[in-house]
Amino acid sequence: MNNPSRRRRRLSEHLVAYSFLGAGVLCFALFSWYPIVRGWLLGFQEVTFSQPATWVGWDNYRRLFADPLFVTAWKNTGYFTLLALVFGFAAPFLTAVVLNEFRHARSYLRMTVYLPVMLPPIVTMLLWRWFYDPGPGLFNNVLETFHLPAQQWLESENISMISLVLVSTWANMGTTTLIYLAALGSIPGEVYEAAELDGASIRQRLWHVTIPQMRFILMITLLLQIIGTMQVFIEPYVLTGGGPDDATVTVLLLLYRYAFVYNDFGMASAMSTVLFIVLGLFAAVYLRLTRGKG
Amino acid sequence: MPESRERTLIAPAEMNRRTGRFLYWFVLCSTVLGFTLAFVFPLYWMAGGALKSSSELADQNPTLIPHSWHPESYSEAWANVGLSDYFLNTLLLAAGAWLTQLLVDVAAAYALSKLRPALGNIVLGMMLATLMLPVSALLVPTYLTVTDVPLFGVNLINTPWAIWLPACANAFNIFILKRFFDQIPTELLDSARMDGAGPLRVLVSVVLPLSRPVLAVVSIFAVVGVWKDFLWPLLVLPDPARQPITVALNRLAEFMPANQLLAGMVMASIPLLVIFLIFQRHIIAGLTAGSLKG
Repeated sequence: MNNPSRRRRRLSEHLVAYSFLGAGVLCFALFSWYPIVRGWLLGFQEVTFSQPATWVGWDNYRRLFADPLFVTAWKNTGYFTLLALVFGFAAPFLTAVVLNEFRHARSYLRMTVYLPVMLPPIVTMLLWRWFYDPGPGLFNNVLETFHLPAQQWLESENISMISLVLVSTWANMGTTTLIYLAALGSIPGEVYEAAELDGASIRQRLWHVTIPQMRFILMITLLLQIIGTMQVFIEPYVLTGGGPDDATVTVLLLLYRYAFVYNDFGMASAMSTVLFIVLGLFAAVYLRLTRGKG
Repeated sequence: MPESRERTLIAPAEMNRRTGRFLYWFVLCSTVLGFTLAFVFPLYWMAGGALKSSSELADQNPTLIPHSWHPESYSEAWANVGLSDYFLNTLLLAAGAWLTQLLVDVAAAYALSKLRPALGNIVLGMMLATLMLPVSALLVPTYLTVTDVPLFGVNLINTPWAIWLPACANAFNIFILKRFFDQIPTELLDSARMDGAGPLRVLVSVVLPLSRPVLAVVSIFAVVGVWKDFLWPLLVLPDPARQPITVALNRLAEFMPANQLLAGMVMASIPLLVIFLIFQRHIIAGLTAGSLKG
């Protein structure tokens, strides 16, 4: 059975296999697995470029929780996520439901809604910064045409966050819309026919057929959207810089400042760990849901 | 998606009634109009704005069609501001990321799918687990790793490797490549092996020619991903001469004349829009493959 030559052949097969796998494993090890462990350790260290890291225990966490901006950043991020769900969750769903009824212009509509997704995010941000401009900006000019009051889009504490969510929704809704369209296309027509025979109106069919049929995919995109929007960075970085008066400082913007403005990598890593734990909770729910589905 | 549609939310009978038809066309027309205004018009505004003179751009009352045409702002942005260099930088980053990802991830997926090394499933599991991790929580440790790569002791900052190598640790690529390779019948590979082909030969002359669709998806996502990226190149390519156009545009936005900035934004977007127009199908297929996995 287990003669040596056969064993040797199998060993050489494994060696060949690993020579193909090796580069991939190395990339993952260096730039994914090792940073996971290191990030967690860094949270307990003081790191500077000049000296070797020193162990400081819970110091970074203590400083982190004592920073009033930490609380502000989480509040702002929560607010952004909530607003993004109000706009970003309803808009693609309603859009997809309506698009799914059309017999004409389907490919044009699918293409246009996805156009912003293909723009480099920095272009989107610079473009919208120009739209929001209080002087020659397009938005205030449109408002003026309709005799509505001009807005301080990015300079007002009250609406700057809403302005960021608007950009974000515009830029990202194409993806979700197309996912919903694919899911809507797979709902069997008989279910609607049966509901219709029972005398269900269009609105009732939407409520009792479409939404239940879409429940799984809606839950999945909801979770992915929460995980995604909690990591919002480029919108506040380019459009407001966190202002006015810290009204748009988000978790990731603050993390960026700790690490790359103040060079306090230990504190930034402590913050990463907190972010990791919070998002991990949502990821765990996501995993449970998708695993249950097979 | 087939044009002969299955039954959807609204019954054909309801559609064919007089009011139904009127409503259908009304909603369709307003949607087409609304989408054009929301998603196409901003692109026109950007490309057209670049054609206006600086004074016309700064005017409090924006003009729909440029009064005087200045196509030279495109060539000025390209030549004088040095956008051509940044554009080439992006091209280099995207091409290298495409090549390294294909080499590393195809080889790894092939090994995991067909060569089946010892512990292959554990390796695959550890790779896929990284899909659940929030990228931003790994920002700091990955950055520090790139500044001093363990085992090799090199600093990748300001080299394109800082973009290319971390991009190879891409579990999504491995996932869809492996799933595709799994569908290729083993008998096909065995017969090639009977003819004396080694594993590399089998990969190149049997597996790859059959895998064009999935290679297209991976290629598109590799190029588009690097082209759109902002935060990572901002961190690892601090030397302005090496930055891609996305990072350069943000840095130059304060100094460039508005019409040249807009021209630059258009130029940064065109390659992606062209890719989208050519490969729409692949992009949408990859999008739904990534989200509705299973």
